[in-house]
Amino acid sequence: MKLLPIIAAFTLSVTSVFAADYPERNIFMVVPYAAGGPTDTIARLTADAMSKSLGKQIVVENVAGAGGTIGARRVADADPDGYTILVHHIGMATAPALYRQLPYKPTEAFESIGLVSDAAMTVIARNEFPASTFQELVAYIKQNGNKVTYAHAGIGAASHLCGTLFMSTIGTQMTTVPYKGNGPIMTDLLGGQIDMTCDQATNTVGPITQKQVKAYAITSDARAATLPDVPTTTEAGLPEFKVGVWHGVYAPKGTPKEVLDKLTTALQAAMEDATLKERFAQIATMPATKEQATQEALRTKLDSEIKRWDPIIKAAGQFAD
Amino acid sequence: MDLIGNLGLGLSAALTPYNILFCFVGTLLGTLVGVLPGIGPTATIAMLLPITLSLSPETSLIMLAGIYYGAQYGGSTTAILINLPGESSSAVTALDGYQMARQGRAGPALAAAALSSFFAGTIATVVVAALAPPLTSIALKFGSPEYFGLMVLGLAASIVLARGSVLKTIAMVSMGLVFGLVGTDINTGAMRFTLGRPELADGLNFVAVAVGLFGIAEILRNLETTIERTSVISRVAGLWPSRADFRAMIGPACRGTLLGSALGVLPGGGAILASFASYALEKKISKTPERFGQGAIEGVAGPEAANNAGAQTSFIPMLTLGVPANPVMALMIGAMIIQGIVPGPQVATEQPVLFWGLIASMWIGNLLLVILNLPLIGLWVKLLTVPYTVLFPAILAFASIGVYSVNSNTFDLYVMAAFGVFGYALSKLDFEPAPMLLGFVLGPLLEEHLRRAMTISHGDVSVFFTRPISAGLLTVALIVLIVAFLPNIARRRKQVFVEED
Repeated sequence: MKLLPIIAAFTLSVTSVFAADYPERNIFMVVPYAAGGPTDTIARLTADAMSKSLGKQIVVENVAGAGGTIGARRVADADPDGYTILVHHIGMATAPALYRQLPYKPTEAFESIGLVSDAAMTVIARNEFPASTFQELVAYIKQNGNKVTYAHAGIGAASHLCGTLFMSTIGTQMTTVPYKGNGPIMTDLLGGQIDMTCDQATNTVGPITQKQVKAYAITSDARAATLPDVPTTTEAGLPEFKVGVWHGVYAPKGTPKEVLDKLTTALQAAMEDATLKERFAQIATMPATKEQATQEALRTKLDSEIKRWDPIIKAAGQFAD
Repeated sequence: MDLIGNLGLGLSAALTPYNILFCFVGTLLGTLVGVLPGIGPTATIAMLLPITLSLSPETSLIMLAGIYYGAQYGGSTTAILINLPGESSSAVTALDGYQMARQGRAGPALAAAALSSFFAGTIATVVVAALAPPLTSIALKFGSPEYFGLMVLGLAASIVLARGSVLKTIAMVSMGLVFGLVGTDINTGAMRFTLGRPELADGLNFVAVAVGLFGIAEILRNLETTIERTSVISRVAGLWPSRADFRAMIGPACRGTLLGSALGVLPGGGAILASFASYALEKKISKTPERFGQGAIEGVAGPEAANNAGAQTSFIPMLTLGVPANPVMALMIGAMIIQGIVPGPQVATEQPVLFWGLIASMWIGNLLLVILNLPLIGLWVKLLTVPYTVLFPAILAFASIGVYSVNSNTFDLYVMAAFGVFGYALSKLDFEPAPMLLGFVLGPLLEEHLRRAMTISHGDVSVFFTRPISAGLLTVALIVLIVAFLPNIARRRKQVFVEED
């Protein structure tokens, strides 16, 4: 019986010795989406910048499928040694409401490392759409309801969350048209096949500045530098309507504190990286500040976002399984 | 003339030694993955994405593009020599190409494939440069009703062009449609046929299914008939096609180029649909349709021209709209975003060197491919003359790595193995896997567009018949199906086909 504490102490000291040398080899960063998407881009830029201060390479591995839950589960089940970490977006917080049989609990299966980024969403419509301001848009939807077609990129996608929140905020239903990604939505919007959508500024800056689509509002606290003429939803009179596609870095539960701290420090350094800042700006994504790139900030964000989306998604009655 | 100035700018960018080198690396890799079954361009490009971070944007896109159209060339080599399409769009080439090889005409078949591809590549480069803006506006006119019509036509065409029993083909297409149903219903979020496996939530992985159906099943078949395979390869001699061959090739190559250029622009279309459509067209207008499937050089030249032209023009929506026509284009968009370029209509004006450099590199790449594929064909054949007992574990390993690397998911390997056994059983029962694969690819698109069209029209079916393009496509599909069925009812399909033409 007396052996146990000794073994425990010994194990702990061994772990901290390991932690002191961490990282000794390459680290795998799991991206729970396919290569080439926005999360993949953000992950690769972050991994590259973090590698510089860690002295070992962070290798990005795409484990796609089932709205990011397969990749997240892989990391939840991985050894908590700091060599397998996860980049996930807002889907980490919405999964419990969307998947009734989620095999892990986001708040219990992971340690937080820090926030990475926040990207605002823009409310856009085809060029011939009758409304020209956000107020007119809301009035038009309230009057025409189901005649207005709203496209989203699949249940649980940011565009789906944004549309669900928009409809619940103004209290009117539109005809929702599901797609399998934002690319085809943009084609149909440019071709006038559908009326409107809500998409990350990352994807819409081009079409908006080229005047190929109408932009009504941006769902962030401040206007975007790349879209100076698009008002925020607060300015447009709907302050509750706020959605940001935020990304965070996580490690499996039980990862030693020293290892987590090293990763957090590397993340904070990465957020100051000039290349990363430049690339993030080009895709209209805000890198996390020093205060946001912390374990506490990510944990707080995750908790509050889970609480916020749960009733909205459940009220809409849509599940992904 | 703007076009010439633009192409000049592109050539000056593409002709730097550095870019030529990476164009060569891309086309060489493309040929290699095309020749080796299992690892397609999608998996290769996904694996190479991290490396492109250290290259300049135009260099990395030139290399990645080279892999994509290079694979169209390489795929035809294995399709012809061992009846194994290394790339899904070469499936049609195998029909007549392999028969030609069995008749000792592997050389002319390979030359027909390479020369038609080069011809199509040259024309398609100019098409991309000249017609990007107008073709884009045509693609924008395609709403869901039009796509639905196009998918129906594609399936109807696949039934007509298949060999053997119409009933078996319809069964295969239907089975493909059913496999395509696996996954999440995008309208309701409900899981269909996923057997409780989260890995199936996004449907059966296309790469795993295709590699299993063609690659693994082919290995199983070859393990029975090793002798035949070696004898075909040893007979590769006399590369140059005869004068009669050339005369027979020109028409199909021209028509294939036109068809491929047009279909490549449409999202979801691209190289696979183009090669199927070209084959159907050549068989339809041929004076001797009974030769198709027996080693007709037209059946090699047309589809090869079409898939290469389609592969290249599928860059148009990607470059001009930032919209991917297929998974490979989605990866190209990813590569651009990683490089800090926002894909979209502004790329041509803001990044003219990248835009036109990439287009010009396509022609250079095609030239490199002819050099790689004709004089060096011996090298690729050598790769295939390695004793099969040595080769098949290697192919199996490459195929497994390729399938695994798409999603880093072991479940996909089980899918691959299952479809391998299934594909083997199909060939034993004399069912063709190609129509099933087409059903599998087109099925989800067919459903998606049908339901989207109905959602947008609020349940009004007339939307399919009142829009002229959709009505036209559906009418053609109906005619095609009637043609396929009438002779069958009369139980003398083959004779009627001969008399009719």
